[in-house]
Amino acid sequence: MSWIDLIGFGEHGRGAILLWATGMTLAVTAASLGIGALLGSIIAAAKLSASRPARWLGDAYTTVFRGAPELLIIYLVYFGGSQAVTAVGQWLNYEGFLGLPSFLAGAIAVGLISGAYQAEVYRGAYQAVSRGELDAARSIGMGTMLRFRRILAPQILRFSLPGLGNVWQLSLKDSTLVSVTGLAELMRTSQIAAGSTKQYFLFFIVGGALYLVLTTLSDRVFGFAERRVARSFRHSLGRH
Amino acid sequence: MDFDVAFLLSTFVKLVAAVPMTLGLFACSVSLGAVFALGITYCRVSGGPLLSVFARAYVFVFRGSPLLIQMFLIYYGLGQFPAVRHSLFWPVLRDPFSCAVLALALCTAGYQAEIMRGGLQAVPSREIEAGRAAGMSGLLLFRRIIAPIAIRQALPAYSTEIILMVKSTALASLVTVWEVTGTAQRLISQTYRTMEVFLVATLIYLLINFIIVRLMALVEYRLSPHLRERPVSASNGGRQGEVHG
Repeated sequence: MSWIDLIGFGEHGRGAILLWATGMTLAVTAASLGIGALLGSIIAAAKLSASRPARWLGDAYTTVFRGAPELLIIYLVYFGGSQAVTAVGQWLNYEGFLGLPSFLAGAIAVGLISGAYQAEVYRGAYQAVSRGELDAARSIGMGTMLRFRRILAPQILRFSLPGLGNVWQLSLKDSTLVSVTGLAELMRTSQIAAGSTKQYFLFFIVGGALYLVLTTLSDRVFGFAERRVARSFRHSLGRH
Repeated sequence: MDFDVAFLLSTFVKLVAAVPMTLGLFACSVSLGAVFALGITYCRVSGGPLLSVFARAYVFVFRGSPLLIQMFLIYYGLGQFPAVRHSLFWPVLRDPFSCAVLALALCTAGYQAEIMRGGLQAVPSREIEAGRAAGMSGLLLFRRIIAPIAIRQALPAYSTEIILMVKSTALASLVTVWEVTGTAQRLISQTYRTMEVFLVATLIYLLINFIIVRLMALVEYRLSPHLRERPVSASNGGRQGEVHG
């Protein structure tokens, strides 16, 4: 059987399953981006808060989750099951690692890491919002929530877009490590295909090429989004 | 989970014994990667169009694909070919440690090359022109003007990359190198105390990274005396000499 049949869509081809696995990689990365967005905004708020213990907790979180190897975090979340999940977030209500599906474990683990990086992105974006605009909003009588909704949130989202693009790319690569939990994403599927056909080189090249497609496409998508968002800046006063 | 201090301590001692392996992977791959990156940066900055395309393609491929797949490609993929197994490189490609170092180095080279290019681009052209006008050329210009400014500019990004590399050495455990993570897994298969052992391993990586962050901050401090307040007594000339010498 030639290599083209192996990666094709025929009877013995692995094409379909590899494409499915690519979708799984995208899904687990997207889920982790969502979890990370939630965690990241909480951590960013903690890091920016006036309370010293909250700042300390925020700093500790970003230090640990940016300083520990991704692989160990995935192991800890996966094998730790209820213990680790309870320790990092009781809001998920998980008990017993037998019940923890590998998709969820992976999304949470990568999400925890992504949250640490996203916290820094949001913090930077918050600091980039012009103080004058906040003062102006306050001076015309906007309350805290209204100020947040009308002035802060839209600008934080705009400023954090390039940073979020980087975090997405990092998470996409971190998601390969979720393969150790047995989740049939792109890495794991390439590995299985390589092992069962003994065509290691071929399937790792194909897997790597699919990852390149994913990273290139996401680069395009974020570039497009950034250009869209930049349009609203073009005519505003006081911005370059 | 109740804390068994004696077990945690003995785990810590056993894992610390694997730290030299982790640091060995780290040091070999970062320095080998720096050598590759220098070559790639040279291709990109002063090579012809062909070399520049090669450098771009290299950076695209190695930054765009995950490290794990690169490592598996080298360790499992290359060994598949009889030609490789009978070649001169087989002793290197058969050994998990050297395969891991090679994969880590090739990957970090892509990132380091971009950092180096960024540093070079940050060198103001007027400084280079001033150097040329003063009669410096080639290596002298590079050594006295370009390199010091570029290194200073690139250092923060370089620290980040170095921390990422310490974390990436954990992937070597997946190609059977017995560094800290691999040793942790072996301990777990003997004791079945997953959480405790992995937590101790995580602590060890955090300690290593903490020390490296401190060291890099020290290097940054040493290399940027111009950003600090000048002490009243010391003359500027002597301090500049200390930096470039």
